[in-house]
Amino acid sequence: MSDITVHIIDREGVQHDVAAPTDMNMNLMEVCKAYELPVKGTCGGMAMCASCHCYIESDHDLNEPSEDEEDMLDQAFFVEDNSRLGCQIFMAPELDGLTVRLAEESE
Amino acid sequence: MIQTDLIIIGAGPTGLFTVFEAGLLKMKCHLIDSLPQPGGQLAEIYPKKPIYDIPGYPVVMAGELVDNLMEQIKPFNPGFTLGESAVAIEKTEDDKFIVTTNKGTQHMAPSVAIAGGLGVFTPRKPPIANLPAFEDKGVDYIVRDPEKFRNKRVVISGGGDSALDWTVFLADVASEVSLVHRRTSFRGHLDTVDKVQELAQKGKVKLITNAEVVDVHGTDKLSQVNIKQKDSDDLNVDCDYWLPLFGLTPTLGPIADWGLEIEKNAIVVDNATDYRTNIEGIYAIGDVNTYPGKLKLILCGFHEATIMVQSAFKRAFPDKKLSFKYTTVMGGVGSLE
Repeated sequence: MSDITVHIIDREGVQHDVAAPTDMNMNLMEVCKAYELPVKGTCGGMAMCASCHCYIESDHDLNEPSEDEEDMLDQAFFVEDNSRLGCQIFMAPELDGLTVRLAEESE
Repeated sequence: MIQTDLIIIGAGPTGLFTVFEAGLLKMKCHLIDSLPQPGGQLAEIYPKKPIYDIPGYPVVMAGELVDNLMEQIKPFNPGFTLGESAVAIEKTEDDKFIVTTNKGTQHMAPSVAIAGGLGVFTPRKPPIANLPAFEDKGVDYIVRDPEKFRNKRVVISGGGDSALDWTVFLADVASEVSLVHRRTSFRGHLDTVDKVQELAQKGKVKLITNAEVVDVHGTDKLSQVNIKQKDSDDLNVDCDYWLPLFGLTPTLGPIADWGLEIEKNAIVVDNATDYRTNIEGIYAIGDVNTYPGKLKLILCGFHEATIMVQSAFKRAFPDKKLSFKYTTVMGGVGSLE
């Protein structure tokens, strides 16, 4: 299966166009970490820490956030309508061209 | 002063298993952890989550793994300093280390293993630029003495148990309580949520939902918070205190200032030898360390602990010859008094 391209805008506003495999059940947090983008992923992708909070900037149709994800977004800051946890977005062919912006990190 | 053969900073899975491997070499260990209970992230963040990559366990709950590790290290009778964080370290003239906690408890040993995971759990702070200037001047992340809010105007932020609990409690103490939350539903215990709604209806609590505090104002202390609302104009609320209650998050903390080589919030170690840091006698194992190819997995922490204690043994007992033994050959693990 071929890779998709994901556009990740870091906290300095720099856009990184990265290739992400769609056949490894990878989530966006893991993709960020693989490219050494500054996402902590403290909890290891269980929607339990909000360190992978990001904004979806393209109009891709994503799965609705689960109640767990919403609960965790309560502990993030500057949450917007397009806020998501990167670890809950799984790489799939229909997400080719996805553009996300990393949210401000809390101390 | 607590004296031991090996000080372990961090009582997460890696720290706990270190006691086992050190115990096999007849080394006595003492663990220090800022949390009140052992288990680290597993106990604090996800006790009910299943873990699938522990060899021999197709699935195990995080909390159960901690319980099992505690059972496994019991024969080695480790010491614990819980609810205190290691803040300072010094080297003695005879090449030992003294580790001091924030409460002043001192520990001495020839070696220190830092198994601090992602660090010390501290309150999550909103990224508002001038917020640090108001800390302890109207902005509190933890409620220590509720009496200080008597007859004061208090704004609370958050949607979890601690935000809701304090809203209910302070409704009878403070002159004014506003609860700011980013959406209309809350994740706290149902009865607490109901209680907050009831207080709001009675006018004892002002509920500001679909909203977020985005700025703080004041001259020498906090006097106002600026609230951004989703469906209406920004709101300025005059207040004496703002309590942002957004849970806990780990940070490396004081360890970062111990002169250890740090890279990307982790301690650089030599993985070709024994997970030693740049300071002889201090090791770093588990999620807290980094080296080429590092994976932050519990099972990697277990491996690192095992290798590391062989080296710590030589520092604890320089005259003894290390003889590695398999537990199967020993017919058990023995014990330490």
